[in-house]
Amino acid sequence: MVRAMSDSTFSAKDLACVRGGRVVFAGLGFSLATGGALVLLGPNGSGKSSLLRVLAGLLKPAHGLLAWDGRPIAEDPEAHAARTHYLGHHDAVKPVLSVAENLRFWAHLHDPHAERAGRAVDAALARFGLARLATIPGKMLSAGQKRRTNLARLLAAPSPLWLLDEPTTALDKASIRVLEDVLAEHRAGGGMVVLSTHADINMPGAAELHLDRFSVREELP
Amino acid sequence: MNRFLEVVRRDLRLALRQGSDSVMVVTFFVLTVVLFPFGIGPEVNVLERVSAGVLMVTALLASMLSLDRLFQADYEDGSLELLVLTPAPLGVVVAAKMLAHWLTTGLPLMIAAPVLAVLLHMHEDGFLTLLAAMALGTPVLSLVGGIGAALVLGARRGGVLLSLLILPLYVPVLIFGVGAIDAAVQGMSAKPHLLILSAMLAAALVLAPWASAAALRQALE
Repeated sequence: MVRAMSDSTFSAKDLACVRGGRVVFAGLGFSLATGGALVLLGPNGSGKSSLLRVLAGLLKPAHGLLAWDGRPIAEDPEAHAARTHYLGHHDAVKPVLSVAENLRFWAHLHDPHAERAGRAVDAALARFGLARLATIPGKMLSAGQKRRTNLARLLAAPSPLWLLDEPTTALDKASIRVLEDVLAEHRAGGGMVVLSTHADINMPGAAELHLDRFSVREELP
Repeated sequence: MNRFLEVVRRDLRLALRQGSDSVMVVTFFVLTVVLFPFGIGPEVNVLERVSAGVLMVTALLASMLSLDRLFQADYEDGSLELLVLTPAPLGVVVAAKMLAHWLTTGLPLMIAAPVLAVLLHMHEDGFLTLLAAMALGTPVLSLVGGIGAALVLGARRGGVLLSLLILPLYVPVLIFGVGAIDAAVQGMSAKPHLLILSAMLAAALVLAPWASAAALRQALE
């Protein structure tokens, strides 16, 4: 899928996140340019998921600034939502809707142009090897097939910024390779990727962010 | 607007495929109303006297039965996060879900009400007013109830909490709904009561989706 995306930057400055009264990370910053990728690393509980939720706009940072092309994203949450795809722990696949219906709903919400979205859905299904399963209801899918349905959402409607929380969970080796190709194409087309992972994902030229370096050691008096 | 219809269509499709919710609500309504003649005896004038109150109270309880499912299923499978992150304002998405809720619960209740009114020997002058009161009142139930459903998301025993939270807010609908029917049966004008119900609906239409959206954002933090 070739699409023209103008040069943009996504940057974070001095971010801090507080969960349940505990400072998860503080003083975190990065800058992503067109075609860039950022891999979040760190042990369990180091705040990878929290950071992705902050970047998506689901969580408000306790401190710091997120900006797209220098403009704070809090100024226009809807514009940020339009340019972002977030993939969390849950696959958001409705058990009574077919794979294609599930995907078409999210594609239409993102891109109200029905015909274009329909074509993109078919292409996305084929890409993740789901074309044969398109009419199968969601409840019949295995964990890996659900994950692939969720991943197909990334291609079903174009968005420059992908925020992926452990996208390889439940995927087999062949699907991980498809995902690597899709990520590479997305970046070549001018997209950006931020992802957290415990598995190895082959992403040439991706920057790494070790979240444990931003943890705050509580000092007891 | 397209996105609004897309969400309505998806929720209706989900309700139709699962089928249980609207059937359950209407069955509860019918069975509970049928219990009253057994409980208070078959005297025509007693039944006629209580018919408006019984119908409105039971409709209100029936509509509440399905409320906790309004956001719960989407919350559990991760769809809610994605709905919050759609490029449309969250209030629009929430309003669409509330409309779908009314179409699958409030509307069937409205259709069942006149049949049950016959069973309770309601005076025939009250029938049109009953329909009007239900048409204005049940959307308020879905709208106001949606705020409660959003507030109790993630809470244990949300259903019980929801009734404690929402039932007091349903009292005005009950008072003016029953007042309208009683006025019509006694040969007076039902207009003032119906106008107040319309005012409640107008206020709820504007305020409820917005309040509910704020509660949903809080639940996802």
